[in-house]
Amino acid sequence: MEAGEAKSKKAGGPRLCCICNQRRPVLKRPKTLQQICRECFYEVFEEEIHQVIVVNRLFKSGERVAIGASGGKDSTVLAYVLSELNRRHSYGLDLFLLSIDEGITGYRDDSLETVKRNELQYGLPLQILSYKDLYGWTMDEIVKMIGLKNNCTFCGVFRRQALDRGAALLKVDKLVTGHNADDIAETVLLNILRGDIARLSRCTSITTGEDGPIPRCKPFKYTYEKEIVMYAYFKKLDYFSTECIYSPNAYRGFAREFIKDLERLRPRAILDIIKSGEDFRIATTTKMPEQGTCERCGYISSQKWCKACVLLEGLNRGLPKMGIGRARGGINGDHTRETKAGSKSIETKQCGSLDF
Amino acid sequence: MACNSSGCESGCNGREKENGGKTEEVAVAGGVNQESVCVKCKCNEPMVFGDGGSEDGRFCADCFRNNVFGKFRLAVTSHAMITPSDNVLVAFSGGSSSRVALQFVHELQIKALKNYEASRDRSLPVFGVGVAFVDESAAYPSLSTGMVDAITWIRSTVADLSPPEKDLHVVPIESVFGSDSLEARDRFVKLLDSVSDETGKEDLLLHLRMLSLQKVASENGYNRLVLGSCTSRLASHVLTATVKGRGYSLSADIQHVDARWKVPIELPLRDCVWQEITRLCHLDSLKTVELARHPQSGINDLVSSFVALLQEENPSRECTIVRTAAKLTPFYFNKIPETDDSCVPLATQRRLKKFNLKYDGSMTTEAFCPICNGPLNRSDSSDLNTLDGCLETDDVLYAACCSSCRFQILPQDRSSLEHFGSLLPHHMISQAKHQKVNSQAYLRERIKDCLLLDNEEAV
Repeated sequence: MEAGEAKSKKAGGPRLCCICNQRRPVLKRPKTLQQICRECFYEVFEEEIHQVIVVNRLFKSGERVAIGASGGKDSTVLAYVLSELNRRHSYGLDLFLLSIDEGITGYRDDSLETVKRNELQYGLPLQILSYKDLYGWTMDEIVKMIGLKNNCTFCGVFRRQALDRGAALLKVDKLVTGHNADDIAETVLLNILRGDIARLSRCTSITTGEDGPIPRCKPFKYTYEKEIVMYAYFKKLDYFSTECIYSPNAYRGFAREFIKDLERLRPRAILDIIKSGEDFRIATTTKMPEQGTCERCGYISSQKWCKACVLLEGLNRGLPKMGIGRARGGINGDHTRETKAGSKSIETKQCGSLDF
Repeated sequence: MACNSSGCESGCNGREKENGGKTEEVAVAGGVNQESVCVKCKCNEPMVFGDGGSEDGRFCADCFRNNVFGKFRLAVTSHAMITPSDNVLVAFSGGSSSRVALQFVHELQIKALKNYEASRDRSLPVFGVGVAFVDESAAYPSLSTGMVDAITWIRSTVADLSPPEKDLHVVPIESVFGSDSLEARDRFVKLLDSVSDETGKEDLLLHLRMLSLQKVASENGYNRLVLGSCTSRLASHVLTATVKGRGYSLSADIQHVDARWKVPIELPLRDCVWQEITRLCHLDSLKTVELARHPQSGINDLVSSFVALLQEENPSRECTIVRTAAKLTPFYFNKIPETDDSCVPLATQRRLKKFNLKYDGSMTTEAFCPICNGPLNRSDSSDLNTLDGCLETDDVLYAACCSSCRFQILPQDRSSLEHFGSLLPHHMISQAKHQKVNSQAYLRERIKDCLLLDNEEAV
C-alpha cells in the first residue's frame, strides 16, 4: 500500500485509486486503509460478501430466505446487497423482508415506514409481525408497567421468538440478520469477560440453529460497521438512524468503545478478534443445555416454559419481576438467570434494532 | 515477563496509621467489635490497606499473608513445580510480582533447608535457587543511567536473601545475539528498528527477553524458570492475544506450567491478583524498583487500561477473564514432563495425578512460530505446505511464522525479509528451518500409507 502511494507520488500526477489505478480515490477503506474510488469500493464490498456466501455455502438455489429488517443501516444494506447479489450471481433465492413491530411510538413506527419504502424500492415482499398480535402487549405498554429498567430483556426475548414465528409464517428455509464484524467481535469479548465458554464457542459461527426449525446466518460476519455506513452513505440508501427511545445512545458500552479504539489503532484487530474466536481450543465435550420444547407454546426451550412465556405470564399476572435476574421460585424453579446488572454497562445494542 | 510495579511505598505507612486509627475508633464506639476482627481467625485485628480494593479490612496480616502464600504453595505442589532435586531460576524484574515470587521461593527454600537439617538420613536435598535479571537498556537508551543503580539495588536485595545463597545472573538482552557485546548490541538495535509496528516491537522485545532467560537458565544448569506473572497480568494477556488473533495459541500461555521451552516455565502466582501482590509488598515492606517505562501507544497498553477499567467496575473481572481462558483446552506441553524421579514425594505425586491436565491427544501440534514460539494452527501451517517448492530462507521464515507475527513483526515488504531474517537471533532462524523439515515429515506421515518407497529420494 505504501509502495503504491509512493509510486503515484513519483508519477507527479494526482493520486489514483490503488485498486483500479484510473480514478481519483474518494475514501480510505476502513478495513485496509487503502485509498480507493467509489466504484472500486462498491466492487470490493459486494465481492467480499459474495465470497463469504459462496465459501461458507450459506444458501442453496431455490431457497426461501427472510431478511430480518429493522429499517436500520445494517439490515437495509443487507437487503439491498443481497437482492443485488442474488440477481447478479443467480443465487436463485426467494427473498423476503421480515419486520417485527415492538410497538414503540416515535421509534419503531418511523423505522417501519422505512422498511415499507424498502419493500417497494427493492421489490421484496414484506411481512410485519407485532408484539401486540403475538403477545398482547406493546413495548410502550410494557415500559408503562415495568419502567425503564429491564425492558430490554422483554424486548430481546420477545423479538427472538417473533422472528422465528415470522419466518415460519413466511415458510422460509433461512433467516439472515445484519450482524456485522464489530458486533461479533464485541460478543467474543463479552463472552470472555463473562466467562461464558459455551457461548464463546458458538458466537463466531456464521450459521446458527441448524438443528432448530429455521437456521440463521450472518453474511456480514466479516463486514466492518464503518464500511456498511459508508456503503449506505454513498449509495444514498434509505435507512432509519435513530436509536431506540428506551435505550438511548448516550450509553455506549465499554466493550464497543474499546473495539472502536482498537480499530483506530489497528483496523485488522476486529478481524483478528473474530479469528481468535474461531480458533479458540474449546473441547467439544463442553456441556450444552439440553433443548426441549416449551410446554405452553411449543417453542424451543431448555426449560419447562420458554423465556417468553415466563415473562409474559409475569406481565399478565402483574408480577413483572418474574423471570428477571436471579429471582428464585419462578415457573422454572431457580434456573432463570438473565442479564445481571453488572454486565449491562459493558455491552451495547441491548435493544433498538432487529440485530438482536 | 514479571510485572513492573509502580511501587507501593509512597505514603502507604501514613495511610495505614490513619486507617488503623479509624478502625480502632469504630471498635471502641461500636461496643461489639465484630467489625474489627479478622473474618478468618476471628481474633486478630484486620489490616486496612486503604487502597479502595475489595476485601479491604477483612483479614489480619497473618491470615492475609497465609492466604496469598497458600495459593502460591498450592500451585507449586499441585503441579510439581519445584521438587528437591531441582535447580530453580527466578526471573526478577524488580517489580512487585517477581519480588513476591522471589520471596515465596526463598521461603520455600528456607523451609526445605530446615527440614533437611532436621532429618536424620538427609535423603531429600534442598532445591537450588538462582535469580536472573534481564538488562534491557539496549532497547531503551534512556534507561541506562538508572540501570546501574537498579542493578546495584538488585544485587543487595538478592544478597539479603541468604542463606541459602542465591546466584544472581545479570544478562543484557542482546546476549541472545552472540557473545561479542558490541556487535550483539548493534544487531539488536537494528532488529528493533526494523520493526515498524509499535506493538510488534514491544512483543518482539518480550520474546527476546524470554530467549535470554532461557539461555541463562540452560547455560547455568537450571531446570525450572519461575516467572511472577499474576492473574491481572494474565487477564491482560488473554485480551491482547485475542485482539491479535492468537486465539489458538492462547491456552498455552496461561497455564501454570509451560514446558514447550527447553527449560520449563512456571507461573506459581497465576492465581494471585495484582492487588494482593502490592498489598503483600506493602505489608512485608518488600522493596521494588521501577525502571521508567516508556508510555506506549500500542495495543498492549490500550488493553491494560481497558482491563483496569473493567476491574474498577467489577473487582473480580480479572479472575473471570483468566478463568474463561483456563477453560480452553491446554496443550500437551502444559505440564512438567513425566519423570521417574523417586525424589518426588508421594503426596505430590498424588496431587499431581489429581490436578493433571487432561488434554486431547488429537489436538496436538508439531509446529511453533519461530518468533513467538506459539503453537501454530492448522490453518496457519497450511501456508507452510503450499510453499514447499521454494527453499529461499526468507520465504521459509514468512511461512513458518504465525499470522500475528507476520503482521506486526515481519516487514510488510517481502524484499526486506531476507535482511530482517539475517538480524534475528540464530535460535529463531534455526527453528524456522527446523520447522520446514518438520512440516515435510508431517506431510509424509499423512500420505505414508500410499507411498511405495520408504526413502525420501523416491519423491
